[in-house]
Amino acid sequence: MFKRHESKDISGCAVVGIMNEKGKTMRGDVITNAIAVMHERSNGLGGGFAAYGIYPEFKDYYAFHIMFEDEGVKDEVETFLQDNMVLVKSEAIPVRKKMSLMNTPILWRYFLEVPKSKIPSGFSEEDFVVSVVMRINIRFNGAFVFSSGKNMGIFKGLGYPEDVSRFFRLEEYEGYLWTAHGRFPTNTPGWWGGAHPFGLLDWAVVHNGEISSYGINKRYLEMFGYECTLMTDTEVIVYMLDLLLRKHNLPQDIALTALAPPFWKEIDEMDKNKKEAMTALRMVYGSALLNGPFSIIISSSNSMIGMTDRIMLRPMVVARKQDTVYMSSEESAIREVCQDPDEVWSPQGGEPVYARLEEKA
Amino acid sequence: MRMIPPEFIVKIDDTCIKCKRCVNECSFGALKFENDRVVADHEKCVACHRCTAFCPTYAIKVEKFPMSFKDNALWGQDILKGLWKQAESGAKILTGAGNDKPYPIFWDRMVLDACQVTNPSIDPLREPMELRTYIGKKPDKLEFWQDKKGDIKLTTVMEPQIKLETPIIFAGMSYGAVSLNVQLILAKAARELGTIMNTGEGGLPQELADYKDNIVVQCASGRFGVDLSYLNSCAAVEIKIGQGAKPGIGGHLPGEKVTEEISRTRRIPSGTDAISPAPHHDIYSIEDLRQLIYALKEATRYKKPIGVKIAAVHNVAAIASGVVRAGADILTIDGFRGGTGASPQVIRDHVGIPIELALARVDEQLRKEGIRHMASIIASGGIRQSADVLKAIALGADAVAIGTAALISMGCHLCQKCHTGLCAWGIATQKPELVKRLKVEEGVRRLVNMIKAWNLEIKEILGALGVNSIESLRGSRERLRGVDLDEVYLDVLGIKPAGR
Ligand code: SF4
Ligand code: SF4
Repeated sequence: MFKRHESKDISGCAVVGIMNEKGKTMRGDVITNAIAVMHERSNGLGGGFAAYGIYPEFKDYYAFHIMFEDEGVKDEVETFLQDNMVLVKSEAIPVRKKMSLMNTPILWRYFLEVPKSKIPSGFSEEDFVVSVVMRINIRFNGAFVFSSGKNMGIFKGLGYPEDVSRFFRLEEYEGYLWTAHGRFPTNTPGWWGGAHPFGLLDWAVVHNGEISSYGINKRYLEMFGYECTLMTDTEVIVYMLDLLLRKHNLPQDIALTALAPPFWKEIDEMDKNKKEAMTALRMVYGSALLNGPFSIIISSSNSMIGMTDRIMLRPMVVARKQDTVYMSSEESAIREVCQDPDEVWSPQGGEPVYARLEEKA
Repeated sequence: MRMIPPEFIVKIDDTCIKCKRCVNECSFGALKFENDRVVADHEKCVACHRCTAFCPTYAIKVEKFPMSFKDNALWGQDILKGLWKQAESGAKILTGAGNDKPYPIFWDRMVLDACQVTNPSIDPLREPMELRTYIGKKPDKLEFWQDKKGDIKLTTVMEPQIKLETPIIFAGMSYGAVSLNVQLILAKAARELGTIMNTGEGGLPQELADYKDNIVVQCASGRFGVDLSYLNSCAAVEIKIGQGAKPGIGGHLPGEKVTEEISRTRRIPSGTDAISPAPHHDIYSIEDLRQLIYALKEATRYKKPIGVKIAAVHNVAAIASGVVRAGADILTIDGFRGGTGASPQVIRDHVGIPIELALARVDEQLRKEGIRHMASIIASGGIRQSADVLKAIALGADAVAIGTAALISMGCHLCQKCHTGLCAWGIATQKPELVKRLKVEEGVRRLVNMIKAWNLEIKEILGALGVNSIESLRGSRERLRGVDLDEVYLDVLGIKPAGR
C-alpha cells in the first residue's frame, strides 16, 4: 500500500511560508487559508506543513514525526529508537478520526534525547541523529521519518493542503514560522512520505519545480554517504543543504549561492576576491548546482529563506508587514491573509531572500 | 600470379580532359600518365580520395574491387588478405588510424533525455548556456573567511587549473606521426576556441612556442624533447603511459622519418630510429609513477596540472584509482578505438576495451572511493560527434579529447595509411611537398568551424535537457537510457534501459 517511488517523482506545486521575525506565534489556520487560495496548483495528491515553535514544553528534545505502515514495523522502529536514543515521550499525532484520507498510515511522534555515550567519536550529536533517521528510512520498510528537529514538526499526507491541515488539527498549534506545500504530482504513488515538506534535523524544504540536474545532484550526495531513497527533488535539496551548511560548514550565503550560482559572464566582471571565490565555488560545487526551474522555501528554527533558480523559471513573491514576512508562489495567497502588506516584491533569479528570527535579549 | 586482389579499382571514364591533376595528387603512386591517358595501378590505390577531390569533371572514381568470395562467416576477406600478406612478408601487419572492426559502439546504444511539460526546456538562443570547464585537481570542500563588513574571501588554496571554454580538447598527436602543419592548426584552433592541444610524445616544435598556454606537452617513455624549458612551455604536462590504439606497446618512428626538424624537436640524431619503449623504464609500479608525477610537479613548481594518460584495459577502474591516488591532476582514458600513426594491426584491433565502458567504470569507482574530485577525467578514443561528447559527459567525463575527428576536419579520409608516411592530405606525413598541401589557415578555419558547430549542438541539447550549464549534465546518468543493451552492460554503464 505504501509504495515508494521507483522512478523519479515529477510534480508541480504551490508553496507558502510565513514567519514572524520576533517569534510571535500564529495558529495553523493562517497558513492553511493562504495555501487554500492556490487550490488549483494542487490536485489533492499531497499537502503538507512545517511548523516551528509548536512544542515549547519539549523544546530541548528531538521531535520525530514518523509514519508506519503497520503496528509490526512500529514496534521494530520503537525498539531501534530505544536502543539508540532516550525516549522522553511518545504519543499518537492527534488527527480528526472522522476524516478519511487515502491510505492513512499510523502517525506517531516521539520526543528523544541523544545519550552522549552513543555518539561515536568524530561524530557530532547532529551527525548521529541524521544517521538514526537514515537508518530508519532505509532499513525499516514501511516506516518513514517526516521530521526530526527540535521544537518543530512536519505534518503531511495525501489530500489537498487544507484537508491535510484539518486532518492534523493544525488550528490547535501555535508556531512563529510555518511553511506549506500543495502538490500536483504527475505520477501517483499514493504514499504519505512522498508529500512535502521534506525535513532533516530542523531543516524543512518546500519546493515547486523540477530539478533537471537531479541525476548528478544525487550522485554527488551519494559520495558523501547520503542515500536518496525518495526520488524527489526536495529530498535532494534538504541533503544538499545539510552537506553544505552542516558538514562543509559554508557560510549560509555561499551555500545558497552554490545552489544557484551566478553565470560565468557575471563572475568574469566581479572584483578580484569575489571572482576568485565564485570561480572556486563553481569549480568545486558544480555538482551541487540545482539546474532547472524551482522556487523553494527553506526553513529552520531561526530563518526562512526563499529562492528561485538562476533564471527564475518558477514564481516567487515576497511581502512584509511589520515583523511578519510572507513568501508564496502567488501573491493572492499572501493577500488572503495579509490585506495590506508594507511591501511586496519579486526577488531576482538565484537571489535568496531571508527572514531571520531576532535574537532574544 | 597475384594472390591478393586489390582492395579498390580506379575507373576513369571518357569525360577525362587529361589535365593530369589526379596523377600529381596521388601520393601513393597509383596513377600514371601514359600514352596520352591516365592509367591506374589499382593495387596501389588506398581510397584516400585525393584524386576525386581534384578531378574537375568527376571522371575518376574509386570503387571497391568487385570480387566475391564464397560466403564464410568465419574466414572473412580481411582475414584471408592478412594471411596472404604475412605469407609473403613474414612480418607483422602494420596499420594506421583507429580500430575499424565491427565491435558494438555503445555511444549508439545510449539516448539522451529531453524536457516535456513538467520542466521547461531552455532556449539556447535566448538564455546563457555555459560550457566552461576547469580541468585539474579540486579540493573536496571550500573554506571561506568573512570579514566584519560581511565580505567573503576564499581561504582554500586552489590547485592549478586549465580553463576551457568548451569541454572538447585535442588529443596527443606527435610531430613525426603528424606534420608540423597539423600541430600548428591544432594550436591555433585551440587558442581561438579557448581549449588545449597536446603535442604527443614528439617534443615541442619551436613554431608552437607562441601557443604555450594552449598546449599540453607529453612526457612519454622515449622522453623525447623533455627538458626544463619544455616542461615550462605549456599549460600542463602529461605522462603518457598508454595509448588506446596500442596498449602495452611502445612506438617506433623509423629513421627515414626522422628529418632535421624532427631530430631537433625530439632531441635525437637525425636519421636514427626514434624508439619509445613499451614501459617507462623508470616506472615499474604505481610508486614509481608517483615519483615521476612529483618530479614533474617540482620541475614546474606546482604551477601546472600534471596529467596521466592510460589506455582503457580490463582493470581500468582500479588502475585509474591508483593513478589518481599517485597524484595525477588529470586522468586521460583512451579507449580501444583511438587512432594511431602506426600500430601493429593485431594490437590495434584486439587489445583494450571500449571507452564508454571504461569511462563509466572509472567515474563510478572514483566516486565510490570519494576521490572523484581529486582528478579531472578526459575521455578519448572514438569520439565522433557532439552527441558522443554529451554522452561521455553524462557518463562522468569532465571533457573529451578528439584526434581522428579533428584530422577529418582537415581532410583526412580515413584511408588508414598513416604509417606509410605518404598521406595525400598532408596530415600523417613529413614529405614537404605533401605537408604543404595542408594549408594552415584553411585548416584552422575548418577545425574551428567544426568545434563551434559541436558547441552549438551541445548547447541545443543542454537546452532540451532543461539545464544551462554543462556541469549539470556531467555525471548525470539519469539523463541517459540504454537501447538494445542487456542488463550486464546497463549495469556497467550505470544507466537504466529506455522506457524505465
Ligand atoms: S583529374 Fe580527372 S580530368 Fe584530370 S586527368 Fe585525372 S581523371 Fe582526368
Ligand atoms: S591521416 Fe592521411 S594517411 Fe592517415 S588515414 Fe587520414 S588520410 Fe589516410
